[in-house]
Amino acid sequence: MVKWSRFNIASIVFGFAFLYLPIVLLVIFSFNESKLVTVWAGFSTKWYVQLLHNQALLDAAWVTVRVGLISATVATVLGTLAALAMTRYTRFRGRMLFSGMIYAPLVMPEVITGLSMLLLFVAIGFDRGFWTLTLAHITFTMCFVAVVVQSRLLSFDRSIEEAAMDLGATPVATFLQVTLPVIAPAVFSGWVLAFTLSLDDLVISNFTSGPGATTLPMKIYSQVRLGVTPEINAVCTILIGIVAMGVLIASVVSRRREVQRVKDEQAAFAL
Amino acid sequence: MKSLGSIRRSFAPWADATAVPFIAVKNVTKKFGDFVAVDNLSLNIYPREFFALLGASGCGKSTLLRMLAGFEQPTSGEIVLDGQSLAGIPPYRRPVNMMFQSYALFPHMTVENNIAFGLKQDGMPKPQIAERVDQMLRLVKLDKFAKRKPHQLSGGQRQRVALARSLAKRPKVLLLDEPLGALDKKLREETQFELMDLQQQLGLTFVVVTHDQEEAMTMADRIAVMAHGKVIQVATPPEIYEAPNSRFVADFIGDVNIFDGTVTSAGNGTVDIATEAGFSVRVASSEPPAVGTKAGLAIRPEKIRVSRDKPACAPLNAAQGEIWDIGYLGDMTIFHVRLKDGKVIKASSLNAVRAVEDPLGYDQQVWVSFDENAGVVLKD
Repeated sequence: MVKWSRFNIASIVFGFAFLYLPIVLLVIFSFNESKLVTVWAGFSTKWYVQLLHNQALLDAAWVTVRVGLISATVATVLGTLAALAMTRYTRFRGRMLFSGMIYAPLVMPEVITGLSMLLLFVAIGFDRGFWTLTLAHITFTMCFVAVVVQSRLLSFDRSIEEAAMDLGATPVATFLQVTLPVIAPAVFSGWVLAFTLSLDDLVISNFTSGPGATTLPMKIYSQVRLGVTPEINAVCTILIGIVAMGVLIASVVSRRREVQRVKDEQAAFAL
Repeated sequence: MKSLGSIRRSFAPWADATAVPFIAVKNVTKKFGDFVAVDNLSLNIYPREFFALLGASGCGKSTLLRMLAGFEQPTSGEIVLDGQSLAGIPPYRRPVNMMFQSYALFPHMTVENNIAFGLKQDGMPKPQIAERVDQMLRLVKLDKFAKRKPHQLSGGQRQRVALARSLAKRPKVLLLDEPLGALDKKLREETQFELMDLQQQLGLTFVVVTHDQEEAMTMADRIAVMAHGKVIQVATPPEIYEAPNSRFVADFIGDVNIFDGTVTSAGNGTVDIATEAGFSVRVASSEPPAVGTKAGLAIRPEKIRVSRDKPACAPLNAAQGEIWDIGYLGDMTIFHVRLKDGKVIKASSLNAVRAVEDPLGYDQQVWVSFDENAGVVLKD
């Protein structure tokens, strides 16, 4: 057993406090009876009830979910294809440029991405709204999917694809029956990543959305400028809950799978 | 099984000028950029033959196998299978199947589905697929493991699944890439004989790639020894071992002692060579090299006798030296004898009796000797 020094304990306490104290406060005050955010006046769930009657906020939530679902799905398809192209065709002309261009949005300041898209949409006369927002989200989440899927493909044993073709599967059948099922977990985590990125994006959304396509982060941000209400705290608490559940389920599932795999392997070698 | 043995012994289609090869590799060259992996190579493989491609890594044997499977296209030349050119035919339309070195089992499918994969691609009706899968499982003795996934199997079991999967479609030719490479020694030896029985039983043509000469010698009807993209010699295992056509083959297969020297006389089916080691040898040779040329004499360790007494043939085919090293392997003992000029030669003797009275020991003065027909003359 390692002895915990005071320094260690202190750094852990401060570290976690730094990370989670604001969130904990937000959650606590979402159950505040008072309308004043900073004054505790007893427990209540009335802000959650009131939330259900705030049509503007519900609309924004619905837009956010739709944009997230569509953009994550399209970004996953495109990102997976890009990852395949980069790992499979390693010798084509301009590969460095191509892969560099795919990764660039990862480090590009969001303001620049958002502004350049705004300029593009204006230039081609595309009315800003739901679809420009979705397109913008596809563009910036795609590279994250590509990175996740590519790292899986680098450790992918190509000989199983050759085996499939050797057994009579056409390239398309090989992809659908062998490659895709094997890389599915990475593709799925790419999708989840794209969805969450789309869900909480504010900067790019601000540039590229138009009337009638306000996302939840945009709505929250604009309301906060008029003062923080406990209602906002309630929305944020729900969001935190959803994200935390997602992370928890994902890690439990992968942990269980790992344990099962180790058990199976031990059983096989004990024979 | 007795009848199978006699078929095997008389199986020699390569010696029959009228026999039609099943696989004909014609002047095939494969280049990867500037690197020539396979260099103007020609080969004939006959129906029902167990053919081995043997060589060190990087000799082009795997590239040749991959060209047969269709994963690589020859840069020039042609491969003909059963009278049909394979040029431009993709792997999924070739009547050959391959067993991969890594086994390449589909990790997300059960053993059953792995074996059924190829049959499903062909659109075989379900009841027939089930029947064939069952049959293959019994063939490789894995019927109890049908519902398992690859990671729930041991290495040996995975190897059997890979074999069953590649045999399920009843290919005309089975290509095996280092099929036993990942197994431990004991399992490997057992599996060698199982593979041979299976090949006889199914009447298929097997082409196996291996770097393990023992494996090739045990299993194959004929061996092609490859180096630098070329075939150096194609022959049966006994011919390869007893009559290597070059220094490379002699050295690559088994242990060998090579004495370099100059031909002093030739005729009457024998050659006399004055070796650089300081003694003269007389060996049988049907095509002797010319007098005065350089030649080498290759002799296997088991054909060299080690004795305390001067042999009758001395000074011809005999030399004096001292025992330098002794390696006791159980079934035989290997002696390293250092000749007077410093050359160390290897000799092995079978331990046919349990206890030898007064065995040879270190630093003893001994004679090494061999018969006229024990060695092979290598022309350079």
